[in-house]
Amino acid sequence: MELKRTPLYEVHAGLGARFVEFAGWEMPVRYKGVMEEHRAVRSSCGLFDVSHMGEIEIRGVGALEAVELITANRASGLKDRQCQYTFILNRDGGVVDDVVLYRFSAERFILCVNASNTDKAYGWIRENVSGMADVRDVSLEYAQFALQGPGAEKILKPHVASDISRIKYYHFEVTEVANELAVVSRTGYTGEDGFEIYLEPSMAIKVWKVIMFEGKKLGGVTPCGLGARDTLRLEMGYPLYGFELNEDITPLEAGLGRFVCLGKERFIGKEALVRQAADGVEKTLVGLEMDEPGIPRPHYKVFKDNDEAGEITSGSFSPSLERAICMGYVKSSLKAPGTAVEIEVRGKRKKAHVVRPPFYHRPGGRPGAEGGE
Amino acid sequence: MEFPKDIKYTREHEWVREDGDTVVVGITDYAQDALGDVVYVELPQEGGSVTKDEPFGVVESVKAVSDLYAPISGTVVEVNDAIVDSPEVINEDPYGDAWMVKVRPGNPDEIEDLLTADEYQKYIEEEK
Repeated sequence: MELKRTPLYEVHAGLGARFVEFAGWEMPVRYKGVMEEHRAVRSSCGLFDVSHMGEIEIRGVGALEAVELITANRASGLKDRQCQYTFILNRDGGVVDDVVLYRFSAERFILCVNASNTDKAYGWIRENVSGMADVRDVSLEYAQFALQGPGAEKILKPHVASDISRIKYYHFEVTEVANELAVVSRTGYTGEDGFEIYLEPSMAIKVWKVIMFEGKKLGGVTPCGLGARDTLRLEMGYPLYGFELNEDITPLEAGLGRFVCLGKERFIGKEALVRQAADGVEKTLVGLEMDEPGIPRPHYKVFKDNDEAGEITSGSFSPSLERAICMGYVKSSLKAPGTAVEIEVRGKRKKAHVVRPPFYHRPGGRPGAEGGE
Repeated sequence: MEFPKDIKYTREHEWVREDGDTVVVGITDYAQDALGDVVYVELPQEGGSVTKDEPFGVVESVKAVSDLYAPISGTVVEVNDAIVDSPEVINEDPYGDAWMVKVRPGNPDEIEDLLTADEYQKYIEEEK
Protein backbone atom coordinates (compact mmCIF):
# COMPACT_ATOMS: atom_id res chain seq x y z
CA MET A 1 0.00 0.00 0.00
CA GLU A 2 1.29 3.43 -0.86
CA LEU A 3 2.15 5.53 2.16
CA LYS A 4 0.17 8.69 2.83
CA ARG A 5 1.99 12.00 2.97
CA THR A 6 1.06 15.16 4.84
CA PRO A 7 0.77 18.47 2.96
CA LEU A 8 4.22 19.35 4.38
CA TYR A 9 6.13 16.40 2.91
CA GLU A 10 8.19 18.52 0.52
CA VAL A 11 8.92 21.06 3.25
CA HIS A 12 10.25 18.29 5.49
CA ALA A 13 12.35 16.86 2.66
CA GLY A 14 13.79 20.34 2.05
CA LEU A 15 14.77 20.52 5.73
CA GLY A 16 16.73 17.27 5.36
CA ALA A 17 14.24 15.10 7.25
CA ARG A 18 14.72 11.37 7.53
CA PHE A 19 11.35 9.69 7.03
CA VAL A 20 9.80 6.64 8.63
CA GLU A 21 6.63 4.65 8.01
CA PHE A 22 4.17 5.22 10.82
CA ALA A 23 0.57 3.97 10.76
CA GLY A 24 0.46 4.06 6.96
CA TRP A 25 2.06 7.52 6.76
CA GLU A 26 5.48 8.59 5.61
CA MET A 27 6.43 10.88 8.50
CA PRO A 28 9.58 12.80 9.45
CA VAL A 29 11.29 10.92 12.29
CA ARG A 30 14.10 13.44 12.69
CA TYR A 31 15.74 16.39 10.97
CA LYS A 32 19.09 17.12 12.64
CA GLY A 33 18.83 14.67 15.49
CA VAL A 34 16.46 13.42 18.17
CA MET A 35 18.59 14.74 21.04
CA GLU A 36 18.78 18.28 19.66
CA GLU A 37 15.05 18.36 18.81
CA HIS A 38 14.10 16.95 22.20
CA ARG A 39 16.19 19.54 24.04
CA ALA A 40 14.80 22.38 21.91
CA VAL A 41 11.28 21.49 23.10
CA ARG A 42 12.38 21.34 26.75
CA SER A 43 14.32 24.62 26.60
CA SER A 44 12.66 26.77 23.91
CA CYS A 45 10.27 25.65 21.20
CA GLY A 46 9.70 22.86 18.68
CA LEU A 47 7.24 22.51 15.81
CA PHE A 48 5.85 19.08 14.88
CA ASP A 49 3.77 18.14 11.86
CA VAL A 50 1.21 15.73 13.29
CA SER A 51 -1.18 15.83 10.36
CA HIS A 52 -1.34 12.03 10.43
CA MET A 53 -3.61 12.24 13.48
CA GLY A 54 -7.25 11.51 12.68
CA GLU A 55 -10.33 13.60 13.45
CA ILE A 56 -13.83 12.22 13.85
CA GLU A 57 -16.77 14.60 14.11
CA ILE A 58 -19.95 13.78 16.03
CA ARG A 59 -22.85 16.12 15.31
CA GLY A 60 -26.53 16.51 15.98
CA VAL A 61 -28.99 16.91 18.84
CA GLY A 62 -27.88 13.55 20.22
CA ALA A 63 -24.15 14.31 19.96
CA LEU A 64 -23.50 14.68 23.68
CA GLU A 65 -25.43 11.51 24.44
CA ALA A 66 -23.46 9.65 21.76
CA VAL A 67 -20.13 10.92 23.11
CA GLU A 68 -21.11 9.90 26.65
CA LEU A 69 -21.90 6.39 25.40
CA ILE A 70 -18.68 5.80 23.49
CA THR A 71 -16.18 7.55 25.79
CA ALA A 72 -15.24 6.58 29.34
CA ASN A 73 -14.55 10.00 30.87
CA ARG A 74 -17.45 12.30 31.81
CA ALA A 75 -18.13 14.56 28.83
CA SER A 76 -21.20 16.26 30.35
CA GLY A 77 -19.08 18.49 32.57
CA LEU A 78 -17.29 20.03 29.59
CA LYS A 79 -17.98 23.58 28.50
CA ASP A 80 -17.83 24.78 24.90
CA ARG A 81 -14.20 25.08 23.70
CA GLN A 82 -12.91 22.68 26.30
CA CYS A 83 -10.90 19.48 25.61
CA GLN A 84 -10.70 16.22 27.52
CA TYR A 85 -8.41 13.21 27.44
CA THR A 86 -10.62 10.10 27.32
CA PHE A 87 -10.93 6.53 26.06
CA ILE A 88 -13.05 4.65 23.57
CA LEU A 89 -13.43 1.18 25.09
CA ASN A 90 -14.68 -2.17 23.90
CA ARG A 91 -17.17 -4.15 25.96
CA ASP A 92 -14.36 -5.87 27.86
CA GLY A 93 -12.98 -2.50 28.91
CA GLY A 94 -10.05 -2.79 26.48
CA VAL A 95 -8.88 0.39 24.79
CA VAL A 96 -10.12 0.83 21.20
CA ASP A 97 -8.35 4.19 21.20
CA ASP A 98 -7.20 6.93 23.55
CA VAL A 99 -8.36 10.28 22.27
CA VAL A 100 -8.69 13.99 22.94
CA LEU A 101 -12.29 15.15 22.83
CA TYR A 102 -13.05 18.71 21.66
CA ARG A 103 -16.44 20.21 22.55
CA PHE A 104 -17.45 22.92 20.08
CA SER A 105 -21.04 22.89 21.36
CA ALA A 106 -23.47 20.42 22.91
CA GLU A 107 -24.29 19.41 19.32
CA ARG A 108 -20.80 19.23 17.85
CA PHE A 109 -17.74 17.37 19.09
CA ILE A 110 -14.51 16.33 17.42
CA LEU A 111 -12.38 13.43 18.61
CA CYS A 112 -8.68 13.60 17.80
CA VAL A 113 -7.76 9.94 17.32
CA ASN A 114 -4.51 8.07 16.72
CA ALA A 115 -3.48 7.71 13.08
CA SER A 116 -3.17 3.96 13.55
CA ASN A 117 -6.76 3.78 14.81
CA THR A 118 -8.63 6.27 12.65
CA ASP A 119 -10.46 3.73 10.48
CA LYS A 120 -11.13 1.37 13.38
CA ALA A 121 -12.39 4.10 15.72
CA TYR A 122 -14.60 5.57 13.01
CA GLY A 123 -16.15 2.17 12.30
CA TRP A 124 -16.62 1.45 15.98
CA ILE A 125 -18.30 4.79 16.70
CA ARG A 126 -20.65 4.54 13.71
CA GLU A 127 -21.64 1.04 14.70
CA ASN A 128 -22.42 2.01 18.28
CA VAL A 129 -24.11 5.39 17.98
CA SER A 130 -26.14 4.81 14.85
CA GLY A 131 -29.30 6.86 14.94
CA MET A 132 -28.09 9.04 17.83
CA ALA A 133 -25.84 11.44 15.89
CA ASP A 134 -24.07 12.04 12.59
CA VAL A 135 -20.56 10.62 12.59
CA ARG A 136 -18.00 11.71 9.99
CA ASP A 137 -14.33 10.98 9.48
CA VAL A 138 -13.03 14.50 8.83
CA SER A 139 -9.34 13.60 8.98
CA LEU A 140 -8.66 14.84 5.45
CA GLU A 141 -10.13 18.24 6.30
CA TYR A 142 -7.40 18.99 8.84
CA ALA A 143 -3.66 19.34 8.90
CA GLN A 144 -2.33 19.45 12.45
CA PHE A 145 0.76 21.01 14.03
CA ALA A 146 2.00 20.88 17.58
CA LEU A 147 4.02 23.88 18.75
CA GLN A 148 5.56 22.80 22.04
CA GLY A 149 7.92 24.26 24.59
CA PRO A 150 8.26 27.12 27.07
CA GLY A 151 8.60 29.58 24.17
CA ALA A 152 5.47 28.41 22.33
CA GLU A 153 3.11 31.16 23.50
CA LYS A 154 5.52 33.96 22.67
CA ILE A 155 6.20 32.47 19.20
CA LEU A 156 2.58 31.85 18.27
CA LYS A 157 0.88 34.87 19.81
CA PRO A 158 1.70 37.48 17.12
CA HIS A 159 0.06 35.30 14.43
CA VAL A 160 -3.25 34.50 16.11
CA ALA A 161 -6.31 36.73 15.79
CA SER A 162 -7.42 36.12 19.38
CA ASP A 163 -5.36 36.38 22.57
CA ILE A 164 -3.89 32.91 23.06
CA SER A 165 -2.50 33.77 26.48
CA ARG A 166 -6.12 33.48 27.66
CA ILE A 167 -6.50 29.90 26.42
CA LYS A 168 -6.24 27.68 29.50
CA TYR A 169 -4.73 24.19 29.52
CA TYR A 170 -7.04 21.74 27.73
CA HIS A 171 -9.15 24.54 26.24
CA PHE A 172 -9.28 25.84 22.69
CA GLU A 173 -10.37 28.69 20.43
CA VAL A 174 -11.67 28.75 16.89
CA THR A 175 -9.66 31.61 15.50
CA GLU A 176 -7.20 32.57 12.75
CA VAL A 177 -3.51 31.73 12.54
CA ALA A 178 -1.63 33.76 9.93
CA ASN A 179 -5.07 34.90 8.70
CA GLU A 180 -6.25 31.34 8.10
CA LEU A 181 -9.12 29.71 9.97
CA ALA A 182 -7.79 27.38 12.66
CA VAL A 183 -8.57 25.58 15.88
CA VAL A 184 -5.91 26.34 18.49
CA SER A 185 -5.88 24.23 21.65
CA ARG A 186 -3.54 24.40 24.62
CA THR A 187 -2.72 20.70 24.48
CA GLY A 188 0.22 18.50 23.61
CA TYR A 189 2.12 15.30 24.13
CA THR A 190 5.42 16.58 25.46
CA GLY A 191 4.79 17.73 29.05
CA GLU A 192 5.64 21.29 28.04
CA ASP A 193 3.37 24.26 27.60
CA GLY A 194 2.24 24.48 24.01
CA PHE A 195 -0.48 24.43 21.42
CA GLU A 196 -1.96 22.17 18.81
CA ILE A 197 -3.22 23.86 15.67
CA TYR A 198 -5.77 22.32 13.31
CA LEU A 199 -6.18 23.95 9.93
CA GLU A 200 -7.16 23.39 6.34
CA PRO A 201 -4.49 21.24 4.61
CA SER A 202 -4.11 23.70 1.72
CA MET A 203 -2.98 26.36 4.22
CA ALA A 204 -0.51 24.09 6.04
CA ILE A 205 2.65 25.15 4.21
CA LYS A 206 1.88 28.83 4.54
CA VAL A 207 1.19 28.65 8.29
CA TRP A 208 4.18 26.37 8.94
CA LYS A 209 6.48 28.84 7.17
CA VAL A 210 5.07 31.85 9.00
CA ILE A 211 5.65 30.17 12.38
CA MET A 212 9.13 28.96 11.43
CA PHE A 213 10.42 32.15 9.84
CA GLU A 214 8.84 34.67 12.21
CA GLY A 215 9.85 32.42 15.10
CA LYS A 216 13.51 32.97 14.26
CA LYS A 217 13.29 36.52 15.63
CA LEU A 218 11.70 35.30 18.86
CA GLY A 219 14.23 32.75 20.02
CA GLY A 220 13.86 30.19 17.27
CA VAL A 221 11.63 27.26 16.40
CA THR A 222 13.16 23.82 15.82
CA PRO A 223 11.37 21.43 13.46
CA CYS A 224 10.86 18.16 15.36
CA GLY A 225 10.08 14.64 14.18
CA LEU A 226 8.35 11.62 15.61
CA GLY A 227 11.59 10.51 17.30
CA ALA A 228 11.62 13.47 19.67
CA ARG A 229 7.85 13.24 20.07
CA ASP A 230 8.34 9.72 21.40
CA THR A 231 11.19 10.50 23.83
CA LEU A 232 9.33 13.57 25.12
CA ARG A 233 6.14 11.63 25.82
CA LEU A 234 8.09 8.77 27.39
CA GLU A 235 9.80 11.12 29.85
CA MET A 236 6.33 12.21 30.94
CA GLY A 237 5.07 8.63 31.24
CA TYR A 238 2.35 9.29 28.65
CA PRO A 239 1.05 6.11 26.99
CA LEU A 240 1.34 5.50 23.25
CA TYR A 241 -1.34 3.38 21.61
CA GLY A 242 0.09 0.12 20.29
CA PHE A 243 2.71 0.11 23.05
CA GLU A 244 1.16 0.86 26.46
CA LEU A 245 -2.43 0.56 25.23
CA ASN A 246 -4.33 -1.91 23.10
CA GLU A 247 -7.68 -3.70 23.02
CA ASP A 248 -6.57 -6.23 25.65
CA ILE A 249 -5.49 -3.57 28.15
CA THR A 250 -7.87 -1.50 30.27
CA PRO A 251 -7.29 2.08 31.48
CA LEU A 252 -7.22 0.73 35.05
CA GLU A 253 -4.29 -1.55 34.22
CA ALA A 254 -2.58 1.39 32.53
CA GLY A 255 -2.96 3.45 35.72
CA LEU A 256 -5.23 5.90 33.90
CA GLY A 257 -8.35 5.39 35.98
CA ARG A 258 -8.57 9.13 36.64
CA PHE A 259 -9.65 9.55 33.00
CA VAL A 260 -12.52 7.08 33.48
CA CYS A 261 -15.78 8.03 35.19
CA LEU A 262 -17.26 4.88 36.70
CA GLY A 263 -20.01 7.03 38.26
CA LYS A 264 -21.43 7.78 34.80
CA GLU A 265 -24.80 6.18 34.12
CA ARG A 266 -23.56 4.19 31.16
CA PHE A 267 -20.71 3.90 28.67
CA ILE A 268 -19.40 1.02 26.62
CA GLY A 269 -16.97 -0.96 28.73
CA LYS A 270 -18.34 0.25 32.06
CA GLU A 271 -19.49 -3.14 33.39
CA ALA A 272 -16.09 -4.71 32.77
CA LEU A 273 -14.27 -1.83 34.45
CA VAL A 274 -16.60 -1.82 37.48
CA ARG A 275 -15.85 -5.52 37.90
CA GLN A 276 -12.12 -4.97 37.48
CA ALA A 277 -12.13 -2.05 39.91
CA ALA A 278 -13.69 -4.34 42.54
CA ASP A 279 -11.46 -7.35 41.83
CA GLY A 280 -8.24 -5.41 41.36
CA VAL A 281 -5.86 -5.62 38.40
CA GLU A 282 -3.31 -8.40 37.92
CA LYS A 283 -0.84 -6.28 36.00
CA THR A 284 -0.06 -2.59 36.24
CA LEU A 285 1.81 -0.13 34.03
CA VAL A 286 4.85 1.25 35.84
CA GLY A 287 7.90 3.33 35.09
CA LEU A 288 11.30 1.72 35.48
CA GLU A 289 14.82 3.07 35.65
CA MET A 290 17.95 1.05 35.01
CA ASP A 291 20.55 0.64 37.77
CA GLU A 292 23.09 -0.91 35.39
CA PRO A 293 24.22 0.05 31.88
CA GLY A 294 21.84 -0.96 29.09
CA ILE A 295 18.76 0.44 27.39
CA PRO A 296 15.46 -1.37 27.87
CA ARG A 297 13.38 -1.74 24.71
CA PRO A 298 9.84 -2.90 23.92
CA HIS A 299 9.20 -6.61 24.62
CA TYR A 300 12.19 -7.08 26.92
CA LYS A 301 11.14 -9.25 29.87
CA VAL A 302 11.00 -8.17 33.50
CA PHE A 303 12.05 -10.61 36.22
CA LYS A 304 11.61 -10.71 39.99
CA ASP A 305 13.59 -13.35 41.90
CA ASN A 306 14.14 -15.34 38.69
CA ASP A 307 10.42 -15.43 37.86
CA GLU A 308 9.11 -13.66 34.79
CA ALA A 309 7.08 -10.76 36.15
CA GLY A 310 6.34 -8.47 33.23
CA GLU A 311 7.27 -6.93 29.90
CA ILE A 312 8.60 -3.57 28.73
CA THR A 313 6.31 -1.59 26.41
CA SER A 314 8.48 1.47 25.64
CA GLY A 315 12.09 2.23 26.49
CA SER A 316 14.73 4.70 25.47
CA PHE A 317 17.66 6.76 26.54
CA SER A 318 16.18 9.89 28.12
CA PRO A 319 17.77 12.99 26.54
CA SER A 320 16.76 15.19 29.50
CA LEU A 321 17.89 12.83 32.27
CA GLU A 322 20.75 11.23 30.32
CA ARG A 323 19.89 7.77 31.53
CA ALA A 324 17.78 4.85 30.35
CA ILE A 325 14.07 4.87 31.22
CA CYS A 326 11.15 2.67 30.28
CA MET A 327 7.56 1.72 30.94
CA GLY A 328 6.12 -1.73 31.17
CA TYR A 329 3.48 -3.97 32.66
CA VAL A 330 4.45 -5.83 35.83
CA LYS A 331 2.55 -7.95 38.33
CA SER A 332 0.58 -5.52 40.47
CA SER A 333 2.39 -6.71 43.61
CA LEU A 334 5.55 -5.07 42.20
CA LYS A 335 4.10 -1.66 41.41
CA ALA A 336 5.40 0.21 44.50
CA PRO A 337 8.09 2.78 43.64
CA GLY A 338 11.52 1.54 44.64
CA THR A 339 10.73 -2.13 44.02
CA ALA A 340 13.87 -3.83 42.69
CA VAL A 341 13.48 -5.96 39.56
CA GLU A 342 15.65 -7.19 36.70
CA ILE A 343 15.21 -6.52 33.00
CA GLU A 344 16.60 -8.96 30.48
CA VAL A 345 18.62 -6.89 28.00
CA ARG A 346 19.77 -9.06 25.09
CA GLY A 347 20.22 -12.17 27.21
CA LYS A 348 21.59 -10.50 30.33
CA ARG A 349 19.57 -9.62 33.42
CA LYS A 350 20.21 -6.06 34.52
CA LYS A 351 19.11 -4.39 37.74
CA ALA A 352 16.31 -1.83 37.59
CA HIS A 353 13.77 -0.33 39.94
CA VAL A 354 10.19 0.88 39.75
CA VAL A 355 9.55 4.63 39.68
CA ARG A 356 6.41 6.70 39.50
CA PRO A 357 6.25 8.66 36.21
CA PRO A 358 6.72 11.36 35.12
CA PHE A 359 10.44 10.68 34.87
CA TYR A 360 11.06 14.29 33.96
CA HIS A 361 9.89 17.20 36.10
CA ARG A 362 9.61 20.50 34.32
CA PRO A 363 11.20 23.41 36.18
CA GLY A 364 8.27 25.37 37.61
CA GLY A 365 5.82 22.48 37.36
CA ARG A 366 3.78 20.85 34.64
CA PRO A 367 0.93 22.28 32.62
CA GLY A 368 -2.38 21.42 34.25
CA ALA A 369 -3.66 17.89 34.48
CA GLU A 370 -1.78 15.01 32.95
CA GLY A 371 -2.85 13.81 29.55
CA GLY A 372 -1.74 11.70 26.64
CA GLU A 373 -2.83 10.86 23.18
CA MET B 1 29.13 11.05 3.39
CA GLU B 2 32.74 9.91 3.61
CA PHE B 3 34.28 6.68 2.24
CA PRO B 4 38.03 6.78 2.98
CA LYS B 5 40.04 4.80 0.43
CA ASP B 6 42.65 3.42 2.87
CA ILE B 7 40.21 1.13 4.73
CA LYS B 8 38.06 -1.91 3.97
CA TYR B 9 34.32 -2.26 4.57
CA THR B 10 31.64 -4.86 5.33
CA ARG B 11 28.02 -5.15 4.22
CA GLU B 12 27.12 -4.78 7.90
CA HIS B 13 28.64 -1.26 7.82
CA GLU B 14 31.83 -1.85 9.78
CA TRP B 15 35.23 -0.64 8.59
CA VAL B 16 38.66 -2.25 9.01
CA ARG B 17 42.05 -0.53 8.93
CA GLU B 18 45.25 -2.58 8.86
CA ASP B 19 47.78 -1.40 11.42
CA GLY B 20 50.89 -3.57 11.61
CA ASP B 21 49.90 -7.06 12.73
CA THR B 22 46.50 -5.92 14.06
CA VAL B 23 43.39 -4.47 12.45
CA VAL B 24 41.32 -1.60 13.83
CA VAL B 25 37.51 -1.92 13.59
CA GLY B 26 34.77 0.69 13.71
CA ILE B 27 31.41 1.58 12.12
CA THR B 28 31.05 3.63 8.97
CA ASP B 29 29.87 7.20 8.48
CA TYR B 30 26.79 5.79 6.74
CA ALA B 31 26.04 3.59 9.78
CA GLN B 32 26.31 6.40 12.33
CA ASP B 33 24.15 8.64 10.17
CA ALA B 34 21.48 5.95 9.82
CA LEU B 35 21.49 5.28 13.56
CA GLY B 36 21.28 8.91 14.68
CA ASP B 37 22.49 10.06 18.10
CA VAL B 38 24.45 7.14 19.54
CA VAL B 39 23.89 6.85 23.29
CA TYR B 40 25.19 3.41 24.26
CA VAL B 41 27.96 1.02 23.20
CA GLU B 42 28.84 -2.42 24.48
CA LEU B 43 32.23 -3.84 23.47
CA PRO B 44 33.95 -7.18 24.12
CA GLN B 45 36.62 -7.79 26.77
CA GLU B 46 40.29 -7.45 25.91
CA GLY B 47 41.75 -10.90 25.29
CA GLY B 48 38.43 -12.30 24.09
CA SER B 49 37.97 -13.75 20.63
CA VAL B 50 35.65 -12.64 17.86
CA THR B 51 34.30 -14.68 14.96
CA LYS B 52 33.78 -13.36 11.44
CA ASP B 53 30.14 -12.37 10.81
CA GLU B 54 29.18 -13.01 14.47
CA PRO B 55 28.06 -10.18 16.80
CA PHE B 56 30.84 -8.85 19.03
CA GLY B 57 29.07 -5.88 20.57
CA VAL B 58 26.13 -3.54 20.26
CA VAL B 59 25.59 0.10 19.44
CA GLU B 60 22.36 1.90 20.32
CA SER B 61 20.97 5.26 19.35
CA VAL B 62 18.01 6.92 21.06
CA LYS B 63 15.66 4.88 18.89
CA ALA B 64 17.61 1.96 17.42
CA VAL B 65 19.59 -1.07 18.53
CA SER B 66 22.22 -2.46 16.18
CA ASP B 67 24.56 -5.41 16.61
CA LEU B 68 28.22 -5.02 15.69
CA TYR B 69 29.43 -7.86 13.48
CA ALA B 70 33.06 -8.94 13.42
CA PRO B 71 34.57 -8.31 9.97
CA ILE B 72 37.20 -11.01 10.62
CA SER B 73 37.98 -13.67 13.22
CA GLY B 74 40.70 -13.11 15.78
CA THR B 75 41.70 -12.01 19.26
CA VAL B 76 40.73 -8.66 20.76
CA VAL B 77 43.97 -6.94 21.80
CA GLU B 78 42.62 -3.50 22.64
CA VAL B 79 39.21 -1.95 23.34
CA ASN B 80 38.35 1.76 23.04
CA ASP B 81 36.81 2.35 26.46
CA ALA B 82 36.62 6.10 25.78
CA ILE B 83 33.62 5.62 23.46
CA VAL B 84 31.75 3.65 26.11
CA ASP B 85 31.87 6.78 28.28
CA SER B 86 31.30 9.18 25.35
CA PRO B 87 29.28 7.33 22.67
CA GLU B 88 28.55 10.61 20.86
CA VAL B 89 32.10 10.43 19.45
CA ILE B 90 30.75 7.71 17.12
CA ASN B 91 28.61 10.36 15.41
CA GLU B 92 31.39 12.93 15.42
CA ASP B 93 34.41 10.95 14.20
CA PRO B 94 33.42 7.45 13.06
CA TYR B 95 36.70 6.73 11.22
CA GLY B 96 39.01 8.27 13.82
CA ASP B 97 38.48 8.65 17.57
CA ALA B 98 35.50 6.30 17.48
CA TRP B 99 37.47 3.18 16.57
CA MET B 100 36.03 0.31 18.61
CA VAL B 101 38.41 -2.63 18.91
CA LYS B 102 41.83 -3.75 17.70
CA VAL B 103 41.93 -7.38 16.63
CA ARG B 104 44.84 -9.70 15.87
CA PRO B 105 43.55 -11.67 12.87
CA GLY B 106 43.35 -15.44 13.11
CA ASN B 107 43.33 -15.70 9.34
CA PRO B 108 44.75 -12.62 7.57
CA ASP B 109 43.28 -13.79 4.24
CA GLU B 110 39.83 -12.79 5.53
CA ILE B 111 40.81 -9.14 5.11
CA GLU B 112 41.08 -9.67 1.36
CA ASP B 113 37.41 -10.65 1.19
CA LEU B 114 36.22 -7.28 2.50
CA LEU B 115 34.86 -4.51 0.29
CA THR B 116 36.89 -1.61 -1.07
CA ALA B 117 35.61 1.95 -0.61
CA ASP B 118 34.18 1.97 -4.14
CA GLU B 119 32.48 -1.40 -3.69
CA TYR B 120 30.98 -0.34 -0.37
CA GLN B 121 29.72 2.96 -1.75
CA LYS B 122 28.09 1.11 -4.63
CA TYR B 123 26.56 -1.40 -2.22
CA ILE B 124 24.99 1.40 -0.16
CA GLU B 125 23.55 3.09 -3.22
CA GLU B 126 21.95 -0.18 -4.29
CA GLU B 127 20.58 -0.75 -0.78
CA LYS B 128 18.80 2.63 -0.63
